[in-house]
Amino acid sequence: MAGLELLSDQGYRVDGRRAGELRKIQARMGVFAQADGSAYIEQGNTKALAVVYGPHEIRGSRARALPDRALVNCQYSSATFSTGERKRRPHGDRKSCEMGLQLRQTFEAAILTQLHPRSQIDIYVQVLQADGGTYAACVNAATLAVLDAGIPMRDFVCACSAGFVDSTALADLSHVEEAAGGPQLALALLPASGQIALLEMDARLHEDHLEQVLEAAAQAARDVHTLLDHVVRQHVCEASVLLGD
Amino acid sequence: MAVEMRLPVARKPLSESVGRDTKKHLVVPGDTITTDTGFMRGHGTYMGEEKLIASVAGSVERVNKLICVKALKTRYNGEVGDIVVGRITERRRSAEDELAMRGFLQEGDLISAEVQAVFSDGAVSLHTRSLKYGKLGQGVLVQVSPSLVKRQKTHFHDLPCGASVILGNNGFIWIYPTPEHKEEDAGGFTANLEPVSLADREVISRLRNCIVSLVTQRMMLYDTSILYCYEASLPHQIKDLLKPEIMEEVVMETRQRLLEQEG
Repeated sequence: MAGLELLSDQGYRVDGRRAGELRKIQARMGVFAQADGSAYIEQGNTKALAVVYGPHEIRGSRARALPDRALVNCQYSSATFSTGERKRRPHGDRKSCEMGLQLRQTFEAAILTQLHPRSQIDIYVQVLQADGGTYAACVNAATLAVLDAGIPMRDFVCACSAGFVDSTALADLSHVEEAAGGPQLALALLPASGQIALLEMDARLHEDHLEQVLEAAAQAARDVHTLLDHVVRQHVCEASVLLGD
Repeated sequence: MAVEMRLPVARKPLSESVGRDTKKHLVVPGDTITTDTGFMRGHGTYMGEEKLIASVAGSVERVNKLICVKALKTRYNGEVGDIVVGRITERRRSAEDELAMRGFLQEGDLISAEVQAVFSDGAVSLHTRSLKYGKLGQGVLVQVSPSLVKRQKTHFHDLPCGASVILGNNGFIWIYPTPEHKEEDAGGFTANLEPVSLADREVISRLRNCIVSLVTQRMMLYDTSILYCYEASLPHQIKDLLKPEIMEEVVMETRQRLLEQEG
């Protein structure tokens, strides 16, 4: 049976993009008035919403409070209508927990937690439509939401996924490309310093190809940064014009 | 019963209605503010490899040798001398506290206080050691973002329209009827529970709606801006002030008056 050709001879992918090209990104900050910070992002057909509360006092047991820094609590949830088939996802299931943990590790590296000892920062992310690159969209949305809340961060955290097909590294995989079963890597980067906040891959990839794929993901993350930077600047510019004084 | 319905409308960017361009230095996290090591770093910045880098998205403010970045919205950072309004949620359970304070302030009371000291972890210690602070009686509380409350010499204002307002630096604004006579001996711990007249209540409701309009249009809150907004809102009914078009109109007029007053 003829398989789906992920990369044509002329170098075009299934949706017409080039190997290193990102999907169209649109983002908006401050979408919820009730939360301290919120943001919405669309990467192609993947849509994610992030909401941030904090920093505030630790809820629940005081024993969990860290004396010198803030606790970052991330929760990931995927809407039942987010995939092609409607699927009920109970709240504490493995994938949600794992994603929550990954998001927490990513943001603990970026947020300056020492400035808010004995407090808690809550980040809730929900995927409304999943078309590949859900981790990346979640991280990008959460970055904007944390910025909207005014929580100090070392730098933006920009994430992107990458794969490897026909000895070419592809950036920003869509669902079709992810489902094809090739190796895929998710990278979260702090662009100004080039430091990696999180790198995740669970597939087989020959180590000779690793550098190429990593570079493709890093370049894509930097491109995402350019876009998010523009969105944030515009938002700040608008709001500061209004405040005047 | 009259019902009013609205259909969703695309938000237009707020800056369209304001025709000013300000030359502010806007930064986002990760941006280098300066490589000059002579500056002291304030809020919103951190030092990384010989450079001063921004940690929040906002505008750079420079006061002599101190550089800080003022974010659009932040959690309230206590500073000594700030006035705050808040509700008591929990209190120390020690013997001397029982004897001294329980008679005056209970859990659940709304109080105004001044920041006495700030601890290294960000916690603040408050005091009500003056007769103007203490328990708050009848009035209306409005919660806004702390960054919208302008720092002024005094935060207790008796507005000429017939009500008084306390602009807490933590974003809690308390609107209450102006007390008839200042009771010097009562101190700040007895709440006045006499019924408030309809006229006073109308003034307070109108002020509350004015403050909400100013906040939606992201204007700084201080006694003059609130007063001008109140005066601009008089032609409208109090409940109409919550409609977006009327909000815009009233705030636009307020802005004009404030600009004329400055210039």
